[in-house]
Amino acid sequence: MLLKEILSKYPKDPEYLIEILLEYQTSKKNHYISPEDVSRISGHFDIPESQVCSVISFYTLLSMEPKGRYVVQICHDVPCFVNDATNIYEELVNVLGIKEGETTPDNLFTLEITECLGCCNEAPAMRVNNQVYTNLTPAKIEKLIKDLRGEIK
Amino acid sequence: MIQEKVVSKRFGKVNPLSIDSYIKYDGYKGLEKAVTMHPTQVIDEIEKSKIRGRGGAGFPAHIKARALANAQGPKFIVCNGDEGEPGNFKDRMLMENDPHAVIEGLAILAYATGARKGYIYIRGEYQNAIKIMKATIQAAEEKGFLGENILNKGFDFKLEVRSGAGSYVVGEEFSMIESIEGKPGRSRVKPPFPTDKGIHDRPTLINNVETFVNFPHIILVGGNEFAKVGTPSSTGTKLISLSGNVKNKGLYEVPFGTSIRDVIFQLGKGVRNNRPIKMVQLGGASGPIIPEYMLDMSIDFDRFENFDSKTGTGAIIVIDDRYDIFDILLINMKFFVHQSCGKCAPCREGHIQIVNLLNKFKNHRATEKDLMSLENLANVIQQTSLCGLGQTSMTSIISSLRYFRDDYFTKVRY
Ligand SMILES: Cc1cc2nc3c(=O)[nH]c(=O)nc-3n(C[C@H](O)[C@H](O)[C@H](O)COP(=O)(O)O)c2cc1C
Ligand code: SF4
Repeated sequence: MLLKEILSKYPKDPEYLIEILLEYQTSKKNHYISPEDVSRISGHFDIPESQVCSVISFYTLLSMEPKGRYVVQICHDVPCFVNDATNIYEELVNVLGIKEGETTPDNLFTLEITECLGCCNEAPAMRVNNQVYTNLTPAKIEKLIKDLRGEIK
Repeated sequence: MIQEKVVSKRFGKVNPLSIDSYIKYDGYKGLEKAVTMHPTQVIDEIEKSKIRGRGGAGFPAHIKARALANAQGPKFIVCNGDEGEPGNFKDRMLMENDPHAVIEGLAILAYATGARKGYIYIRGEYQNAIKIMKATIQAAEEKGFLGENILNKGFDFKLEVRSGAGSYVVGEEFSMIESIEGKPGRSRVKPPFPTDKGIHDRPTLINNVETFVNFPHIILVGGNEFAKVGTPSSTGTKLISLSGNVKNKGLYEVPFGTSIRDVIFQLGKGVRNNRPIKMVQLGGASGPIIPEYMLDMSIDFDRFENFDSKTGTGAIIVIDDRYDIFDILLINMKFFVHQSCGKCAPCREGHIQIVNLLNKFKNHRATEKDLMSLENLANVIQQTSLCGLGQTSMTSIISSLRYFRDDYFTKVRY
């Protein structure tokens, strides 16, 4: 969705900054807020750019760095750790060929480690964009990544 | 049967996306009854029920409600659906499986306190719950359970969903208030407390999702009846998020007073492959780690107070004998390094030093002096941090030093 459309959905009040930034970032292919976005948003609310930046840098789901089309976030907190999350992470490294914090050269995938996703009853868990995947096994990972690659082609 | 279902009684029966289905299962009956009572009577029932907050600290709910009711002018109520504490999933399950119950609880409290505006703050990771709660608010407005002139009783209450964007500390009250104002979620110095000066410096009450869901039930059965379940210090039931190495991970609801062992072995069916339990972490990353021999402890706020922590969220993470306590502690402490908002030095710098010290133990490079440093530093962080994050983050370290001291000694190099 266009930034303009998202801005017009919300009251013109910087209270809604976090919601707007998250919704806009989710709608973008490369999942980040660019410097141009920042200046347009600050202009819209008539607030300093630094205020927008301070919000983006505080919240971990918001980013000023471009990411891949699919942001893969694997949980590594205790409930997942004791349910084999380390192996799942290794499998992701294996199939994607990248490590935590990196993006594949074709800009399809970014791999991240995330905090608890609140699915500990179905650990290990991960999120790809807004979709949560649970009870992961290396075989499931291989298939999912293959499917996501296929979707693009 | 050790389960007793109150807040989860409709799970699996009610269609969460249908208000008619909710009404069929006694939905909005608590609100309908509440509006026939005087607002003070509603708070009296909450007081008689002796319900304590389900967000971790176990603060008596009626005190905050009374304080907000006594405040003049515009005021706000907030439902805390941030659920950032690793190992917890109860609030997500409540919002996804019985969302109208959350709204009914909020509306009852709005009536009792005179708040005209409320927020449901949901962590950004819970996109599904956010979507469901937004749709539920709309459905409730259309049927006259929210909005203007609710149930033709002339009281108004507007509700709005606010989404987080990845931050653990915003679960803390003042951080959440900052976040609702659209700012970075850095805490404020207390006092004044939120019920004096919260959102836009107006009186604000914050309760956990599960706390709110109890209110309709309290009003329907009466406070005294509610208080018959549980223990004298902790009335009612508690949702338990059971995870880790148990056979049946999942959400369970038990009366307070149930033992942790019964939850793990009767409901969770014990440990996978029948391995021995090495340790159990209660509450989440900021909760204590206890050994197997302490599992007969009952789920009760008074027992939990010994740990100075947010044990009361009801998370139970079972860890079997394949795991090293230092790996578990390191995961906890790296979490806090990452989540510190950086406002005060003990928390910002302290957690990094704690990680360095734990790594020395893990790699058999620690000395007895390191053991003393760890103990001292943990106490400094706990005592001098500005907000609840640093004040509770050391619970796992301090409890491990008490109950797993031998694990430390086996790693010390003499
Ligand atoms: C760092 C930190 C994180 C917290 N996270 C949550 C949370 O995710 N959900 C919650 O209900 N309470 C959380 N709390 C507790 C809240 O500050 C507050 O006590 C609670 O929402 C009050 O509701 P209750 O009285 O119904 O328990 C957190 C506290 C701290 C210090
Ligand atoms: S204790 Fe930590 S999270 Fe809380 S104010 Fe200080 S630095 Fe921020």
